[in-house]
Amino acid sequence: MADDRMLVSKKYKRRSQGAEIWRRMRKNKGAMLGLALVILIVLTAVFSGVFLDYETDVIGQNISQRLQHPSLAHPMGTDDVGRDVLSRLLYGSRYSLSVGVVAVMIALACGVTLGSIAGFFGGKTEEVIMRASDMLAAVPSILMAIAIVSALGQSTLNLMVAVGITSVPEFVRITRAAVLTVRNQEYIEASRSIGLSEFKIIWSHVLPNCLSPIIVQTTLRVASAIISASSLSFLGLGVPSPDPEWGSMLSAGRKFIRGYGYLTLFPGLAIMVTVLSLNLLGDGLRDALDPKLKK
Amino acid sequence: MYRYVIKRLLMLIPVIIGISFLVYFVIDLAPGDIISQIAPEDATIEEIQELREEYGFNKPILVRYGEYMAGMLHGDLGTSYITGEPVFQSYMKRLPNTLMLAFASIFVSVMISIPLGILSAVHQGTWRDNITMVVALLGLSMPNFWLGLLLIILFSLNLGLLPSGGYGTFAHIILPAITVGTGLTAMLTRTTRSSMLDVIRQDYLRTARSKGVPEKKVINKHALKNALIPIITVVGTQLASCLGGAIITETVFSWPGVGRLILDSVNSRDIPMVTGCIIMKTITISVILLCVDLLYAVVDPRIKAQYATRGGKAHGR
Repeated sequence: MADDRMLVSKKYKRRSQGAEIWRRMRKNKGAMLGLALVILIVLTAVFSGVFLDYETDVIGQNISQRLQHPSLAHPMGTDDVGRDVLSRLLYGSRYSLSVGVVAVMIALACGVTLGSIAGFFGGKTEEVIMRASDMLAAVPSILMAIAIVSALGQSTLNLMVAVGITSVPEFVRITRAAVLTVRNQEYIEASRSIGLSEFKIIWSHVLPNCLSPIIVQTTLRVASAIISASSLSFLGLGVPSPDPEWGSMLSAGRKFIRGYGYLTLFPGLAIMVTVLSLNLLGDGLRDALDPKLKK
Repeated sequence: MYRYVIKRLLMLIPVIIGISFLVYFVIDLAPGDIISQIAPEDATIEEIQELREEYGFNKPILVRYGEYMAGMLHGDLGTSYITGEPVFQSYMKRLPNTLMLAFASIFVSVMISIPLGILSAVHQGTWRDNITMVVALLGLSMPNFWLGLLLIILFSLNLGLLPSGGYGTFAHIILPAITVGTGLTAMLTRTTRSSMLDVIRQDYLRTARSKGVPEKKVINKHALKNALIPIITVVGTQLASCLGGAIITETVFSWPGVGRLILDSVNSRDIPMVTGCIIMKTITISVILLCVDLLYAVVDPRIKAQYATRGGKAHGR
């Protein structure tokens, strides 16, 4: 039975949209590498708490072991209070990833709501939302984030909020553009004619058809949010010490740049690999979701 | 065309009001004010109260913001709480350094990325293309403060070739320019490549080839000219953001530019300084983006015709 079904599907090449996208993704080596790395990093973040103890391995100080160059016992060396850099980096994936993801979730929620309202209703509402979003976009994002963090106070949550707010305009712009292409389709008219509420139309008919650009943007934005968050930590405005966020580790290592370069090298490398894999995945998703490239 | 320019410049006014309002309030929200930093350590409560009155902190924030904006109408961007120097003067003092860094980085990245992007597009799918794209993606994924520090480790500490920070000679600008330029080069290479790929399959290129135009000329003249618009857009937006000051790079290399000035003022809650600098920055950015839009018309006669007939509806928005 099962074999028969497979035969049929092979014969007619009937594939669901998801399967079709997955097939195109699989052909793209870069995207698959990115996906594998992203999964690996997420697993590290989730399970680092299992094999590392926060009190002893991550923030526990051991002055006798301070500033040791990379060796077998400490593959990435130790920092100025004798903490193992590798353990801190592994545990730090939690902070960097969660800041990136939560910040983008905040931006996604606000941006998609505002963007779909602007795109769907048009007119004065659109004008107001788009101008406000342009204004927010005109202030350089890093500066806006600095201002927000210094206004709200330095904490991990405020860092997420600050980076999130600065990513809102991009989501507004993309969602609005996508909604504009869908708004006048016949199925929207149809759902209006059977008396669906406007909220329902946006939620279950407009947005599902705007998903691809939003998904791609989300992936790429997580990457840039991780960079912004670590930049803020680097400036001393991000995750407070002693938590091992990569940007603040880098910033701490900077004081020992003369002679202990590995303290700046490895945290930066961790940021770069994470961002690179997200970018690879995002690029791959964009190519896979773009119907223009469909062969 | 002129009407379009004037309309765009007039649109700046609400933007400036909105931004300055936003910045003024966000900075004012921050706990702790400037008085605690200016007041001498042994100041009595009365003295602090006097200082607060002198700086106008006893008035409600809306009144203070109103007074600030009233001053701005006369072209007065306020005076720094800390140095007592007019904001405009401090900004102008730092601007040349930022300009220098911005143009150096843009120059380097344009010189590298456009040839690379063309090469990549012409040889699409070959090893040359793949290597270029991988390197570009690496450049895009690197946090620039990290790149800056790595450059310092390599060129200043290990090789001793270039200064690790500061300002003055030509050697001082090399590392910061590479740091700012790397991300830019990466982005611009990708843009050039994809824009060239769009153009390269057009019929008019086949026509040019079939009438015997040499391949080099086909690429450099017929293709590149038509691929320029996205490239100009990216260069323009990047130039605009560089002119606002590369905060991170300026911090890493202790480069005395506008970005550092703003960062320091945010940290010391110097409200007029931050607001004033942001206003100047917004004006600079908007003027450059306007120039970019006008440049489209120079590059593409079709857009020029649009300006003429429609009396200037913003292109591409």
